Amino acid sequence: MSTIWVALLLFSLTYGIVSGNASETGSAALAGAPAAVKLCLETGGLICLWSGVMEVLRRAGALDALARALGPLLKRLFPRAARDRDTMSSLASNVSANLLGLGNAATPMGIRAASGMARLSPDGTASDELCRLVVINTASIQLIPTTAAALRAGAGSAAPFDILPAVWLSSIFSVCVGLAAAAILSRLWR
Amino acid sequence: MDALASLSAAIIIAAAALFGLLRGVDVFSAMADGASEGLKTVLRIFPPLVGLLTAVYMLRASGAVDALTSLTAPLLELLGIPPETSILMLLRPISGSGALAAAAELINEYGPDSLIGRTATIMLGSTETTFYVIAVYFGAVGIKKTRWAVPAALCADIAGFAAAAFTAKFL
Repeated sequence: MSTIWVALLLFSLTYGIVSGNASETGSAALAGAPAAVKLCLETGGLICLWSGVMEVLRRAGALDALARALGPLLKRLFPRAARDRDTMSSLASNVSANLLGLGNAATPMGIRAASGMARLSPDGTASDELCRLVVINTASIQLIPTTAAALRAGAGSAAPFDILPAVWLSSIFSVCVGLAAAAILSRLWR
Repeated sequence: MDALASLSAAIIIAAAALFGLLRGVDVFSAMADGASEGLKTVLRIFPPLVGLLTAVYMLRASGAVDALTSLTAPLLELLGIPPETSILMLLRPISGSGALAAAAELINEYGPDSLIGRTATIMLGSTETTFYVIAVYFGAVGIKKTRWAVPAALCADIAGFAAAAFTAKFL
């Protein structure tokens, strides 16, 4: 992360000087930090609101209900992991928490499922199912994309939530392509 | 449809609250506890955002973003993706806060309801910080040979970006 940041800064500075935008680049260097404050103030309230709503759903048992509903689908995607109850329930909780946008709860559950899967291949090589789990986690699947919607609402959008269907479709498409790519690559990659 | 879209947030909140109440949850304190978790999230994303927004603002002012945009335009227009979002797509798999900064800048520049603003939001909402997730998972369980996880995940990202551009236009 440090490398990326330094690279971005140095590249902007050099490019700004070379392309004759030096003074603009100079003033922009002091414009980002106030913009960060403004951004957090504008979106912070809504991020809190949605994490409140999601906590209500979690306590009402939505996580377990989702996990049960996803069970059959996950069993087909992860037949080997399905033999182990603990791995399977961690996996179901991971996907359900992701759907509800509970990132803090999703990661530990996902890692638990991943270590269950890694036990089956002790030589330090990722199994097909472990790769699949990671692909699912790298393609965000979230019912309510809180941060993205808060960003739009904070900027004064007329209907910040009208992107929901588009986000769902894009996420589903992205997960499907990821899984298809995984299926194809698992045959080619020996 | 318009009325439904503008009411959707209100309906989701009310439905969640009613569902919680019927399931015997102390909904108000659950909401407050969740909001306090959300505040922690905001506090956690703020410090990196300061540095990354500075970088993104400098990058934009230096003209580098415009150069990247015109460089990638032929390929992106072929895929139907607005080339202005190229900086967001570049940062998305590497840095979550960087992508947030880039998306915020695009929304600020073009407006939240513009095609570019909508595309940026959908891209942000439908993809993840791929490399970070891969590092966390494989690091935690001690996997060294990740095989095809990275290319497959990047395929998913590209598909998500193209789908975001497509759905932003038609939905």
